[in-house]
Amino acid sequence: MSAFRLLIARDLRLAMRQGGDAAMVVAFFILTVVLFPFGVGPEPELLQRIAAGIIWVTALLAALLSLEKLFQTDYEDGSLEALSLLPLPLEFQVLAKCVAHWLVTGLPLTLVAPLLALLLHLDPAGYGALMLGMALGTPILSLLGAVGAALTLGARRGGVLLSLLVLPLYIPVLIFGVAAIEASIGGFGARPHLLILTALLVLASGLVPFAAAAALRQALE
Amino acid sequence: MFRFANPNRFMNWSGKLLPWCAAATAILLIVGTYLALFVAPPDYQQGEAVRIMYVHVPAAWMASFVYGVMAASSAVALIWRHPVADIAAQQSAPLGAGFTLLCLVSGSLWGEPMWGTWWVWDARLTSVLVLFFLYLGYIALVNAFDEPTRGARAGAILALVGVVNLPIIKFSVDWWNTLHQPASVFRIGAPTIAASMLWPLLIMAVGFTLFYVTLLLVRMRSALMAAKLRALRLQEFQAA
Repeated sequence: MSAFRLLIARDLRLAMRQGGDAAMVVAFFILTVVLFPFGVGPEPELLQRIAAGIIWVTALLAALLSLEKLFQTDYEDGSLEALSLLPLPLEFQVLAKCVAHWLVTGLPLTLVAPLLALLLHLDPAGYGALMLGMALGTPILSLLGAVGAALTLGARRGGVLLSLLVLPLYIPVLIFGVAAIEASIGGFGARPHLLILTALLVLASGLVPFAAAAALRQALE
Repeated sequence: MFRFANPNRFMNWSGKLLPWCAAATAILLIVGTYLALFVAPPDYQQGEAVRIMYVHVPAAWMASFVYGVMAASSAVALIWRHPVADIAAQQSAPLGAGFTLLCLVSGSLWGEPMWGTWWVWDARLTSVLVLFFLYLGYIALVNAFDEPTRGARAGAILALVGVVNLPIIKFSVDWWNTLHQPASVFRIGAPTIAASMLWPLLIMAVGFTLFYVTLLLVRMRSALMAAKLRALRLQEFQAA
């Protein structure tokens, strides 16, 4: 398992040194959310009503932004080929890359989310469900995104194609993430929705590595 | 299955099968349309608008069925490097997207007089819309590579990933309390649809299936011929 940890550390170090990947994603997240009060008007009642949806949709888009580079740089400079020769199976490497990607994007997004909720006047009852939902949902975004990123390696117009492939798969996360917040504001309790998100996370982390590793193998052939 | 891996052999038997399939499709669709439009009774609640169902329901079945065919052929192509299965999957995708679009549009036309809205965001409609996007994503991915074999391989993996959507479509009406009505034909126990409506529906469904098979055979044959033509041109080039 030390190779697994080393791979995570390597990706984190690369993210640090190339600088600002996390900062860019968070900046995009905040900026896009801030656009909404200008677009729909600053009435607190209206913003309160749509706050959950705005935050989740923007989080999806922000997570999508950084996906293209998940395997791209390793693919172009040849280190992906070197990594594929490691004794550590490619499936675990995919998982390690997803963990690193989540630490650089999903975790900061989760931490910034309550601040944005404050700006949008989200009902205080929804904060717990927002944080928990984001903590469970953003790893799913990284995992599903890894499949798309691996499939579009070397494709023409890879970035646009990636969003076309991945966004439909993100819809369930969006539905249950928002439903959890709405339910806890409405007083029903967010538990069932959070449990479904947990189930999705477990399923995705079990199945995604195989699909993404298969995609990487055919890209390396 | 491996007997069909040889493209020449496929061209042989598909050429013989094609006219029969085409004729059966024409007969079934004409008979089915006649029964659906003139013989089947109007519904006691929906009136004449129920006739949209004879297009909508078979199209919806085909939308899922074609995806299933695509995923199965993709699996066969990935596991055994089966060239004809690869072509079957790729040529199925535009047909499946067409059936899905037909299902969405006909459902929307039915929904306006019946539900009072063209579109609702309920689980069945949303999951079928996702299916439509999956078809489009598959087509875009297959065509995005300079090297056709890479596109085929990547598309096959995507098709298998997208299979998770099929059970969601099927069971969406049971899991969530949706506006879309639950299944009335394929359910445990007897169908809840009247026999006078069930028969035209089934004839239309078989007609739609054969229509798909016919078009698929035509598309596969022309794709194989195009590939052979390209190979011949390349040979000519190299000889010159």
